[in-house]
Amino acid sequence: MLARARRKWPYLIIAAPLVFLVLIPFDWFLGQYTSIMIFIGINTMVTVGLCLLMGYTGQISLGQAAFYGMGAYISAILSKTYHVNPWLAMLIGAAATGAFAYAIAYPVFRLRGYYLAMATLGLGVIVYILFRELDQYTGGPDGMAGIPCLSIGGLVFDTPFKRYFLVWFFCLAILLLSQNIVKSRTGRALRAIHGNEAAAESIAINVTQFKVKIFVLSAVYASLAGSLLVHHLRFVSPQPFGFLASVMVAVMAVMGGLASIWGAIFGTAAIRILSDEVLAKPELVGWDVVVYGAILMIVMIFLPQGLFVGLKELYERWRLRYAERGAEP
Amino acid sequence: MSADQFVQYLVSGVTQGSIYALVGLGFTIIFTVTGIINFAQGEFVMLGGMISYRLIASGGLPLPLAAILSILATAVIGAILYLLAIRSARKASVVSLIIITIGAAILIRGIVGQLWGNDPVRPPYFSGEESLSFLGAYIQPQALWIIGITLVVMIILHLFFSRTMMGKALKACAVSRVGASLVGIDAKSMALISFSLAAALGAIGGVAMAPLTTTSYSIGTMATLKGFVAASIGGFRSQLLTVVGGITVGIVESVAVGLNWGPFTSAYKDAIALVVLLLILLVRSGRLATEERAS
Repeated sequence: MLARARRKWPYLIIAAPLVFLVLIPFDWFLGQYTSIMIFIGINTMVTVGLCLLMGYTGQISLGQAAFYGMGAYISAILSKTYHVNPWLAMLIGAAATGAFAYAIAYPVFRLRGYYLAMATLGLGVIVYILFRELDQYTGGPDGMAGIPCLSIGGLVFDTPFKRYFLVWFFCLAILLLSQNIVKSRTGRALRAIHGNEAAAESIAINVTQFKVKIFVLSAVYASLAGSLLVHHLRFVSPQPFGFLASVMVAVMAVMGGLASIWGAIFGTAAIRILSDEVLAKPELVGWDVVVYGAILMIVMIFLPQGLFVGLKELYERWRLRYAERGAEP
Repeated sequence: MSADQFVQYLVSGVTQGSIYALVGLGFTIIFTVTGIINFAQGEFVMLGGMISYRLIASGGLPLPLAAILSILATAVIGAILYLLAIRSARKASVVSLIIITIGAAILIRGIVGQLWGNDPVRPPYFSGEESLSFLGAYIQPQALWIIGITLVVMIILHLFFSRTMMGKALKACAVSRVGASLVGIDAKSMALISFSLAAALGAIGGVAMAPLTTTSYSIGTMATLKGFVAASIGGFRSQLLTVVGGITVGIVESVAVGLNWGPFTSAYKDAIALVVLLLILLVRSGRLATEERAS
């Protein structure tokens, strides 16, 4: 059905969700969900990075929250303490985080599998400890408040309504960029690396270089997301950047389907809605971690491609079988 | 730092390092038998301490009985983890297995936090609280218990792997899983046993450590990371080197904090151990990669 619609009304498939997305923050439509949608947009940016790394390249990172936090803290400290223009602070944050990721990438990607996971996990925890302990810069465990808003000319992004469009502009730009990367020569190289590193190397793909590139890209995505987060909340503390935060990124990626750019939105949205709307009830406090653990285990055991992609594949298989049976006389 | 202080930090390093060694041994045993690194390893330490505390505080059981029961219970949880999660994901990739065991780790941690609260708890000491004086340092009797228990566990493990049929079968799986199954060893039961054994080792560490340092639902991640450092020093093969590695990490951490200079303060205690982890991983990266391919 979807395929037929795609042939008949190719623009509708793109335009309808876009119109929906634009209308969401208006009060007469789904205005009460503006705030959660902003978080979905920000988290999606981090999730897409991990999807590129894990789903397409087959490399794991359990330290994505560190890059997210670096963007957040660099933006916060530069724009609040040193009164740097927030946009410039964001740019410096992204550049510095990318440079940091680049510097650690070559040694780290000499490791694979379990060791890569442990090394990135360790790095993430170290960076988190720095956020917490360098309190003369970061404000320590209590964090720092009063971070300025972003603005363009006279347009100050001082309400959730305005920030919604800002965040989703960045989010969609990153999704489109990632989509193009995946469909390009680079994307094919990444899938080759995922399939078999030795084989990829034998057809002249520089395996390490591609891994490093994607790792740096995912770090920059996370850093931009972190900057947007602090300019939205106007507050920063170490809490959203710890080990559990890195695990949450994995939960969102796993939910959406690891090798799926657009699945990242659905995975992130599903987890965010689950955590903010369902598990935020006072009688359920603390159960969220249990639910995320169960999701990770169950999805990875039964649908290792991720929930949405896995379900789609199950549906296609079921349809194929149904079609075959229908074709018999 | 005076000589007295140095001895003090050395002793507390060895004590803490013994726990890392026990966690590291768990990593090594599961890895050699199944080729899997279990990211929920540190949760067994947490379970050991928390279950024994609950049995004493709420169940009113005497300490030795509570200790034994909590170790057995954790071993059963290790077995359940294998049966429910690892075994049903037979053909899973390494990335999937990492995610599955991390899922298990936060699941266990979340359940314990919900059942028994988030506050740190301290079970009673095994024996007196009076500190003993040794070369100018003060040693808690509990520290001697920890070091003694670790030594006994090591000797028993050594005898188990070299003298008993089951231990030899586990070792055979470590050398070659295909070869082991050819001579009639059931590799799947061996994998099950390795998970239980690793869980029990972690729990022993947790039971022994909890009276000294307190325990809470969230200590598992750090225990995992530091036990992993110990195991990677041993290359996930050598049990002796793993123990040496665990104790070394404990000492480095403790003495570095004792320096109390620049970044070497207690605030950065965990970060210091993690920097050691990164250095070891980088130095050994070539070797680890070939070992992983061989397993």
